[in-house]
Amino acid sequence: MGPRTLRGRSAVIGIGETTYYKRGQSPHAEFKLALEAIVKACEDAGIQPREIDGFASFSNDRSDPSQLAAALGCRELRYANMQWGGGGGGGSAAIGNAAAAIATGVAECVVVFRALAQGQHGRFGLGPQAPGVSGHAAHTVPYGLMSPAQMFAMKVMRFMHEYDVKQDALRAIALASYHHAQSNPRAVMYGRPLDEAVYDASRWITEPFHLFDCCLENDGAAAMILVSAERARDFKHETCYVLAAVAGSHYRAGAPVHNAPDYASASFKTVAPRLYAMAGMGPSDIDVLQSYENFTGGVLMSIVEHGFCQPQECNDYFKLDNLLAPDGDLPLNTSGGNLAECYMHGLGLNIEAVRQIRGTSTAQVPRVEVSMVASGPMVTPVSSCIFGSEATI
Amino acid sequence: MNPPYLHAGLPIPVACDLDKPYWDGLREERLLLQRCRACHRFQWGPEWICHRCQSFDFAYIEVPPEGRIYSYQRVWHPVHPALREQGPYIIALIEIPHADNVRLVGNLLGDPRQDVAIGADVEGVFEQHPEGEPPYALLQWRANP
Repeated sequence: MGPRTLRGRSAVIGIGETTYYKRGQSPHAEFKLALEAIVKACEDAGIQPREIDGFASFSNDRSDPSQLAAALGCRELRYANMQWGGGGGGGSAAIGNAAAAIATGVAECVVVFRALAQGQHGRFGLGPQAPGVSGHAAHTVPYGLMSPAQMFAMKVMRFMHEYDVKQDALRAIALASYHHAQSNPRAVMYGRPLDEAVYDASRWITEPFHLFDCCLENDGAAAMILVSAERARDFKHETCYVLAAVAGSHYRAGAPVHNAPDYASASFKTVAPRLYAMAGMGPSDIDVLQSYENFTGGVLMSIVEHGFCQPQECNDYFKLDNLLAPDGDLPLNTSGGNLAECYMHGLGLNIEAVRQIRGTSTAQVPRVEVSMVASGPMVTPVSSCIFGSEATI
Repeated sequence: MNPPYLHAGLPIPVACDLDKPYWDGLREERLLLQRCRACHRFQWGPEWICHRCQSFDFAYIEVPPEGRIYSYQRVWHPVHPALREQGPYIIALIEIPHADNVRLVGNLLGDPRQDVAIGADVEGVFEQHPEGEPPYALLQWRANP
């Protein structure tokens, strides 16, 4: 038996996205959006949808794999996988689950997908409307703590306090996403640039988050297709290998009512070392990073916990120029990300990471060999993955 | 009795088997928190099992309502219809030194635009809601002068 690793065992052969709509504005049902993204990913790969034999998703996606397999004419369903956990923490984990199925012979051709139509199914950013709440929620909701922004703001506030991080560091992350969205016609915020003055003047959602520190909410779907590394070499695109994909969180990260012992964390402290060990790499090997923005403060802590800078260095490290393609030290969220391209629970970030390997991003970094994604900071479990070009194998 | 910190109309707490002693205690203006009978460590939120020693045997122990601000946020954007006219309000995460530094979520009373100092000492204020169906109490916090 060879080493127990996902490194180089599978690769992405196809990527597909629907049009990205503002929240509630999709003309199509969520299930149709899922089908459309998967069919587009098949077209990109040059396969027939019926060749898919596995489905992997996250965040309790509502599009059922058996229904999808029936609709797509799949000859056989071998793998129907759901990564537990809310938000976007499962984006890279779903890719890892697909890669694991392929590496172990459980399935041959797995699609990772996420579809959202909030007009059809309701919003994330609204509080509960019931007259009473019980369980853990009873200890937060009556105090006015109920939205995702409110659930995470105090982690970021504590981190900023411990390391004297200034608001400008969060602002640089928001500006980087908006900057990159201006070259991406798919982006919801294409043609709507953001500058420092507009950020500074924007209203608070909850301190320390201005409006522009918070992700969009969108309708749409995204999909990517993975097969074994051996098979992937027969396809037309530059082969994009999965070098590592891991998930998890630290000790008692899920302790209720804001009682995780290590509270001011993006949840990557135990995940990042396993990620780099599997890839056989470190942060200095990463050419470009997509880091899930639910809120900019989560991006900041993700980048720290993945070892790109020390927590005491944030005010110097998080400068806009440092985060821009093509020349920054760490080009970040080159599609516009969840803040400015689209909020597809972050799977769009993974697709952008593949584009960077292929050389087809609208904010392309030169000579990308290693492309990384950090998914869903501050939730548990989180996940991250590293893609590599042929040169990394 | 002081008026409630937040406007009326938010979901009210409904006690369950696990946390009924806590909510009953707040009605009596006492702070009761879970402590493991086996390893004698406090734990919060309310749990079925001790996260440290996996004992199922808990007691609710009274502790002084005194704490320290661990973190906070000043909320400006209302996400519930009851808060539409509220204006800014402060949610604080309070660690309880008398209970192994477990943390409670509450509101920080006083001017919602006040400067908030992480690490500052605070004292608990029991906020009674006799109008609730059923009546209940919340535990709020005030910075020590």
